[in-house]
Amino acid sequence: MKRGAAFYAQLGFTLFVCAFLIVPVILSILAGVTVNYLNGIESGFTLRWVYAVWDGYRDTIFLSIGIALACLAGTLVLGIPAAYALAKRQNAFSRALEELLVMPVAVPGLATALALIVTYGGAGGFRTSWSFILVGHILFTLPFMVRSVLAVLSAIDLKSLEEGAASLGASFWQRFFHIVLPNCRGGILAGSLMVVTLSMGEFNMTWLLHTPLTKTLPVGLADAYASLRLEIGSAYTLVFFLMIVPLLVAMQWLGQARPSKFAADDE
Amino acid sequence: MTEIMKPLAITLTGCAKTFADGTKALEPLDLTINAGETFVLLGPSGCGKTTTLRIIAGLEQPDAGGRVLFDGEDVTAQSIEKRNVGMVFQSYALFPNMSVAENIGYGLRLRKTPAAALRARVGEMLSMMRIEKLADRRIDQLSGGQRQRVALARALAVRPRALLLDEPLTALDAKLRDALRIEIDELLRRLGITAVYVTHDQAEAMALGDRIVVMEHGKVAQIGTPRDIYQRPATLFVADFIGTMNRVAGHVSHGAFVTSAGSIPWPEAPARATEAMFRPQDVSIADQGAPHLKGTITAAFFLGDRTRLAVDVGGDKPLILEAAARRDFNHGDPIGLRIDPHGLLSL
Repeated sequence: MKRGAAFYAQLGFTLFVCAFLIVPVILSILAGVTVNYLNGIESGFTLRWVYAVWDGYRDTIFLSIGIALACLAGTLVLGIPAAYALAKRQNAFSRALEELLVMPVAVPGLATALALIVTYGGAGGFRTSWSFILVGHILFTLPFMVRSVLAVLSAIDLKSLEEGAASLGASFWQRFFHIVLPNCRGGILAGSLMVVTLSMGEFNMTWLLHTPLTKTLPVGLADAYASLRLEIGSAYTLVFFLMIVPLLVAMQWLGQARPSKFAADDE
Repeated sequence: MTEIMKPLAITLTGCAKTFADGTKALEPLDLTINAGETFVLLGPSGCGKTTTLRIIAGLEQPDAGGRVLFDGEDVTAQSIEKRNVGMVFQSYALFPNMSVAENIGYGLRLRKTPAAALRARVGEMLSMMRIEKLADRRIDQLSGGQRQRVALARALAVRPRALLLDEPLTALDAKLRDALRIEIDELLRRLGITAVYVTHDQAEAMALGDRIVVMEHGKVAQIGTPRDIYQRPATLFVADFIGTMNRVAGHVSHGAFVTSAGSIPWPEAPARATEAMFRPQDVSIADQGAPHLKGTITAAFFLGDRTRLAVDVGGDKPLILEAAARRDFNHGDPIGLRIDPHGLLSL
């Protein structure tokens, strides 16, 4: 097939943009395992910096995982009933509420964090505990859970399914657990991965909400780059990648529509 | 089939329904559905037939004052899950997260039926609907006709007191609709269960119903057997909605109905009739004998087994009649018609 100059120009541009984005990632990872980055990779590879990160910042990793899981629990408990209620009642009020839920994503994290500090900063125990960060994270990630569950609930004929179940004798809770929850499992899974990933990576808001004793992984990362050797910061980035990439892959995998076989109309 | 259920009689008294936005879906309605009969709610969309069914089911509450009685017992305040009625929906409403067998067994599972009895009953339902091979399929692997069979099996598995069907065949194509209609008819007669069937399709209503209620704008237009409704429509709306009805204007004079196109002998004519109505099958082409009406052919549709003719006799609408297929008819040909006096009626 003959391809014109335009094709090669576009290909070249695409490859350039990809390289522009990917090269820093590769360099950063390489820097994390190089003995002395100023001397280049000729100086040899080492896991010393990764161990140093583990020694110095182990706590931030565990705190981030802990907050992400707590955030997930919070968004599940709040988000699924919210999405269910929004799916059941489609009126002006529910639509306004849906828009309102998205506000924390639209408003800069900085503003949300400041508002939290101004309002609850005086509550000593709360301000210094990790649950202060958790509140910020739930505010920020809740819309992603609600949206993703709501999308699935809107796609199925929820009303008829529930009426069908009720006609067979199912009470409200039986309908919720037997019919509603299993049928929005895809949305819950997708939402969950989104929430965990966002919570793990959240820096903006967490930077203001944290205390020296409640540093999360991204905050620790900024800290490492600012105050320690470049190699340690880079090794830290490597650790972050190792945690976040499997989640991103899982999200992508779940996002793909499962092919389903349809029978031809019979008889 | 060991399906001896005591059929349920359903009575509605003064059941009206006004929706939250103020729309009056149903005028106060009194209705008695006899035990064991197939009762069809028929009418165009928006006539209140589905609302009536949903009130019977317990999915809608009638306005204050309306009462729903099951065998004389007031169930108005009971929610649908307590009423033990089987429901079949136009959209099937099968649970996508369960297999065919799990769908059918769901009602029994809620009733805490022991596993062995549940399996046996599900097997019985699968074979009754002739879908044994589909037991382990997922719902999205079924065709429309198969889905509706599963929906019927699921509704009947719990031995409901009555079966309520909301346009169950509307989503299917014409051929499948006919096949499944016959199957549903056989099933309902064999089970002897009280069935309330909502449809907008008059042919379906006539074929299935022991009795039909024709509804219009939230009100009952007529209740009767299919024969009553077809042969003795109570209103113009019913006459037009059920089958094709010809109408000619004129007046009664000496045992005949006189129109601008001729006069039709009508010994039993009501003296004040200003309009005579008759079905296409009561019209014949006057080959021998004097025609009652004279007109011109305005359209001829060859249908294979017969030809459908539209004949202008000077009224607003042409008369519709059917003729043998072998003859040729041409637009503009004059034609003489005879009307069977037994088929004449007026309102």
